[in-house]
Amino acid sequence: MSRLTAALTQAGAAHRPALVAYLCAGDPHPDTTPDAIVALADAGADVIELGVPFSDPSADGPVLQRASERALARGTTLRRALDMVQAARIRTAVPIVLFGYYNPLHARGAARVAAEAREAGVDGLLTVDLPPEESATLRDPVVAAGLDWVPLVAPTSTDARIARAAEVATSFVYCISVAGVTGAGGADLARAAVRAQAVRERTGRPVALGFGIKTRDDVARVAPFVDAVVVGSAIVQAMHEGGIAAGAALVRSLRG
Amino acid sequence: MESTTPGRFGPFGGRFVAETLVPALDALERAYTEACADAEHEAERQRLLSYWVGRATPIFHAVRLSRAVGCDVWLKREDLCHTGAHKVNNTVGQVLLARRMGKPRVIAETGAGQHGVATASACALLGLRCDVYMGAEDVRRQAPNVQRMTLLGARVIPVESGSRTLKDAMNEALRDWVTNVEDTYYCVGSVAGPHPYPTIVRGFQRIIGDEARAQFLEANGVLPDAVAACVGGGSNAMGLFAAFLDDPGVELVGVEAAGHGLGSGQHAATLTAGRVGVLHGMRTYVLQDDDGQVVEAHSISAGLDYPAVGPEHAWLRDSGRARYVAIDDDDALEGFQLLARTEGILAALETSHVLAWLRTRGEEAPGSRVLVSLSGRGDKDLVTIGDALAAKAGGR
Repeated sequence: MSRLTAALTQAGAAHRPALVAYLCAGDPHPDTTPDAIVALADAGADVIELGVPFSDPSADGPVLQRASERALARGTTLRRALDMVQAARIRTAVPIVLFGYYNPLHARGAARVAAEAREAGVDGLLTVDLPPEESATLRDPVVAAGLDWVPLVAPTSTDARIARAAEVATSFVYCISVAGVTGAGGADLARAAVRAQAVRERTGRPVALGFGIKTRDDVARVAPFVDAVVVGSAIVQAMHEGGIAAGAALVRSLRG
Repeated sequence: MESTTPGRFGPFGGRFVAETLVPALDALERAYTEACADAEHEAERQRLLSYWVGRATPIFHAVRLSRAVGCDVWLKREDLCHTGAHKVNNTVGQVLLARRMGKPRVIAETGAGQHGVATASACALLGLRCDVYMGAEDVRRQAPNVQRMTLLGARVIPVESGSRTLKDAMNEALRDWVTNVEDTYYCVGSVAGPHPYPTIVRGFQRIIGDEARAQFLEANGVLPDAVAACVGGGSNAMGLFAAFLDDPGVELVGVEAAGHGLGSGQHAATLTAGRVGVLHGMRTYVLQDDDGQVVEAHSISAGLDYPAVGPEHAWLRDSGRARYVAIDDDDALEGFQLLARTEGILAALETSHVLAWLRTRGEEAPGSRVLVSLSGRGDKDLVTIGDALAAKAGGR
């Protein structure tokens, strides 16, 4: 069992969903991203999702767009994000999933990304703009390197597409709570959680639910139905306003 | 020529989008296929193209321009289309499709504003709501088109992120679509974006090439030696090229924007100086740095100011079927003036790039017959042109 799957299993044994905490590599600052990873893990994050900034984040809402812009302005690249993982990896065993867009990975080359990610201590990849039919070029070397591949399922996904996502998944399936961009408001979380549970039953894969989950109450509402919850924009905004300590405080409150 | 995988042009194209949008793209592909096979729907589209757009547009033998450049130039007059450019051929087709799909709202991205105006016009005609995303920088330099869209009842939403031009408008349109995918139709303006858009837009634009090929044959009894068009995303070029792909004797030439010069780093010559990447749902040539971050394009013409290009152009380039050259801002301005003074036509700055290239063509292949897509008229560019000419006169 991969470290990623193990984290979900352990949380499940404690009758709670695993908490997946997102932060953008290089935001608030490239020098402190390893500290932020460690601080969020110490505060209770079971999995870290580390965003690789991209110039054209067309699936992100304003909070993560701005984080990406700040990180790029401070010179963050994919290679530097991997260095940040490597620096954090010495200090924590928390599973780390790289989250981002395909072009920076494409530019570096799939085989090289797989090798370097493994070397840095990355546990898995989630690439927003690689639906299953396009993902083989990157997924195959990544999985061959022993890393997990995390596909997305949307509210618009048909049964056939959910099955396809489950086929390419090696650990959990990431269910998007609402048709929209990251940080979207107005998600009907109760309905989304039940939908995610249906995905789990249909596919036999663990499911994480993300997009629009911001508070302890949100987590509590979906907890009975899913294996993991992802909180992104709320943590990024907290760290932007109050530094790493504010992000860690939010993670503690999300864990309750 | 075409790859067997749907939506691929050789290794280019595809569907690199968030999962949420994939089912919507599937639905769009089905609706397009059904609409093409529906005689009544097609008849309505043809009726609008004839009586509302004003097709067929003529080809015009540009005798004085030919003398000035040294090759025999025929102009396909897309500038005479209703709304002033070829863009409307596509928006009539797509907005009809939106209505057929029962979508009450249409969104679009626009650079020069021509696609925005064409979408707003088609939406007004067919009674659909229309929101247009436009980079804040483009809102400033294409003010007349912003006013046109507003008068046509559309809402123009300035985009302040990134380079505040066409690519950022497209990002914002994608964000809107992913959020409102149930009731919204995304009317993409070029042969770009995820499958099936490059195929759909080529399908609606190939009327340019189909008409022009027949008209040229009727006038000359032979096919042209070359056909040429400007390339930003590449829709007017693809519409023209599509009719000539199987005519191996006809050279296909796309003219990109070299901006301040290829060496300056400030240009939009994606096929000339870009590298293969993935942007806006397609695998194609992209202007990007070594880390895969997309760099800002530059061109005096807002419609060419785009750091990627339609995937079929990427394939035509790599397969050698078409070739692509680049013309800088200054030469484009001269191309504009040349057409104005030899033929009495004010061309769009986008189109002016291909006009400027004709001098090179005249030197390389004197007397050869060239069919040029005169893709749009220049009224929208008068302020930009006036400023640029004044700056040149002032010895900038």
